[in-house]
Amino acid sequence: MSTEQVSHQGEMEQFSYDDKVVKKYILASLFWGFAALLAGVTIAFQLSSWKFNFGLEWLTFGRLRPLHTNAAIFAFVGNAIFAGVFYSLQRLAKARLFNSFMANFQFWLWQLIIAGGGLSLLLGYSHGKEYAELEWPFDIAIAIAWVLFGVNILGTLWKRREKHIYVAIWFYISTFVTVAVLHIVNSIEIPVSLMKSYPVYAGVQDALVQWWYGHNAVAFFLTTPFLGLMYYFVPKAANRPVYSYRLSIIHFWSLIFLYIWAGPHHLLYSTLPEWAQTVGMVFSVALWAPSWGGMINGLLTLRGAWDKVRRDPVLKFLATAVTFYGMATFEGPLMSIKSVNHLAHFTDWVVGHVHSGTIGWNYMMVAGIFYFMIPRIWNTTLYSVKLANLQFWTATIGLLMYMMSMWTAGITQGLMWRALDDGGRLVYPQFIETVVKIIPMYWVRAFGGVLILIGFMFMLYNIFKTIQQAKKEEEPVYQAPALSSAKPEAHAGTHRKLEGMPMVFTILALLAILVGSLIELVPTLTSHKYLAQKTFMKPYSPLELVGRDVYIKEGCYVCHSQLVRPSPDEYIRYGTVSLAEEHVYDRPFQWGSRRIGPDLARVGGKYNHMWHYKHMIDPRAVTPGSIMPVYDWLETKKYDHKTLRKKMKVMASLGVPYSEDEIDNAIENAKAQAMGIANELSESGVSKDIADKEMVALIAYLQKLGADVKQAIKDGKVIDKAGGAE
Amino acid sequence: MSIIYILAPIALFLGLFGVAAFLWAVNKGQFDDLETPANRMLIEDEPINKKNNKGKEL
Ligand code: HEC
Repeated sequence: MSTEQVSHQGEMEQFSYDDKVVKKYILASLFWGFAALLAGVTIAFQLSSWKFNFGLEWLTFGRLRPLHTNAAIFAFVGNAIFAGVFYSLQRLAKARLFNSFMANFQFWLWQLIIAGGGLSLLLGYSHGKEYAELEWPFDIAIAIAWVLFGVNILGTLWKRREKHIYVAIWFYISTFVTVAVLHIVNSIEIPVSLMKSYPVYAGVQDALVQWWYGHNAVAFFLTTPFLGLMYYFVPKAANRPVYSYRLSIIHFWSLIFLYIWAGPHHLLYSTLPEWAQTVGMVFSVALWAPSWGGMINGLLTLRGAWDKVRRDPVLKFLATAVTFYGMATFEGPLMSIKSVNHLAHFTDWVVGHVHSGTIGWNYMMVAGIFYFMIPRIWNTTLYSVKLANLQFWTATIGLLMYMMSMWTAGITQGLMWRALDDGGRLVYPQFIETVVKIIPMYWVRAFGGVLILIGFMFMLYNIFKTIQQAKKEEEPVYQAPALSSAKPEAHAGTHRKLEGMPMVFTILALLAILVGSLIELVPTLTSHKYLAQKTFMKPYSPLELVGRDVYIKEGCYVCHSQLVRPSPDEYIRYGTVSLAEEHVYDRPFQWGSRRIGPDLARVGGKYNHMWHYKHMIDPRAVTPGSIMPVYDWLETKKYDHKTLRKKMKVMASLGVPYSEDEIDNAIENAKAQAMGIANELSESGVSKDIADKEMVALIAYLQKLGADVKQAIKDGKVIDKAGGAE
Repeated sequence: MSIIYILAPIALFLGLFGVAAFLWAVNKGQFDDLETPANRMLIEDEPINKKNNKGKEL
């Protein structure tokens, strides 16, 4: 027994834990988890057959996929984090939650964000930045809820009766601090209206900020909190101390230090400066070491307890989760190596990778943790071990089907894209050939998803029955000495306060400094200087700007990239390699992360307006075998011209060279350009009524993509080049 | 790439914050003992208002 446990003069204090709020978070996580998986299975089927888009704009792949990812990350996993952290933190600190009202307020705010945010995504309100799609009012609400979470963590630590801060808590603290910073920095945007805003960053800059955020959302939302939970629940469930406490400390400090630099591995072969890409790659590969340190530490904790792993569903889920964590953190660094990345990027391999993380690691951890906590806080026993085991197998087999099919699909399609024959021509010049080839894999994936969903329903039923048989009892009361070793008897109160304060102050000061410096830096650094350089790019015309917002609203970026990488096959397939300069007016950037359809960076001028019209109304009419959804409502919905001037003003304030005249005449300009397109379409029999519809604006935008570059090449301002990679 | 001027200081701030937290922890004696904390967290508190404590194996 250590010295601080044996209290000399510390009086015994009585306390209890707030498990009510933990229960709420558990139930919310289960509810949203089901919704997230249901959305996931639906979009999986949408890629197997376009018919599963149901012809409804709210349910097309482009809108449902952001709903799925956000629900899985922030609703399912998010609520589970709050449940697990609040449960373990109170027990590790031997103190009741700092403020229950705050925790409950945070709870309802979080559910409101999820419900409202989900609805807004279906309605097409979106930032167009992955995993950060929710519009600005939600961004503010998220920041508030998150700060409440952090204050509760720190406050509980301040009240703690256990001097030692167990390693799990370190992970929780770093989660809070880093996610707060990431979310705030990535969400700096200027509102146009209640549900529309533009980021202050443009193009390459926006891409770097976004993936700095995006990768660290994986690191500090899906990983560090769960490592903390692992260090609490695995030893608890196995009733064995962690294999090496020393290793856990090293694991923690090295992991958080390395993670923050790895973001650019999402931007390899992009127009991001070469050195930044290399930094991202090197740190990503280095991450392999601490990740595996953690995995090994988790698994070796179970040494000598493997018989228990076989019997106890809690340990079974936890052990499998840690194993999948090891797998995913081996795969990640591998995929960050530039040459591997060139094959894997934009393919389904990445999609498989994230699911081995979110299903294999997060979902399995959540199941294990919930099966541990629920019988304890509801004071009962698990309803059915058999059902939990069945769930375990559905999850494992479903996930393996998922991963295998995505590896196959990803590598197959990646190889087909780059295949050149002896004459240097594309072997598969038609993009659609590479899509049709992997459709069978999409079916396998979808059925793997169904299996996972069914298993999840087993868990819902099992937990429902478990709670139903719970016996009511009074809240358990515990007793422990006040934190005594640090306090000289007389001034006990003040000293303890002081001990806790530096942490709170440091963090608040950090946030303050960041906000301050950002407000100072952002306007100067993002403004005119960068744009004032003579660029061949013309700003978007009013109609193109509206069309771009339609593109974002419909989530076209989840299927289409806008980035031609420097390699011969991409040069031949799409055209000249992307340049940083091209994206100076792109707020947000739309490089995308997956090419379910072809890259669109050079699509301007490739087809006439009528082709696009037909393609949007019925993609299969022009490209047999296409899995792109039907977008026929674009033909009847009027584009939004009321906010057009405001949009241009916001853009101008960010440095886009719109003159006052242009802004004043925006609506007339848009109408004139739209009429031109409508006239051409009418020659093929389309009614001229189309002139004020979203369809026309979208076509205007698509025709602009790459047009300025092509013109610049013609004018000799830019060299047409294939680039030197592979 | 001027955004680097924003992101690099932030990353450094976070790094420095980590170092500060680490030093704080070392000074507070958080890592003086690397054995007992791992064992201590396993000890279940016994509720004082109940006779049978939920029958957890130990
Ligand atoms: C489910 C994924 C998916 C979504 C969402 C999607 N597309 Fe596509 N898109 C495809 C596929 C697959 C193809 C290739 C087959 C074809 O031509 O239809 C394609 C082709 C295209 C092409 C032709 C490109 C070329 O070079 O031949 C254009 C243009 C296009 N899409 C625009 C859009 C726009 C605009 C949106 C949003 C309103 C959108 N797509 C949404 C999958 C998608």
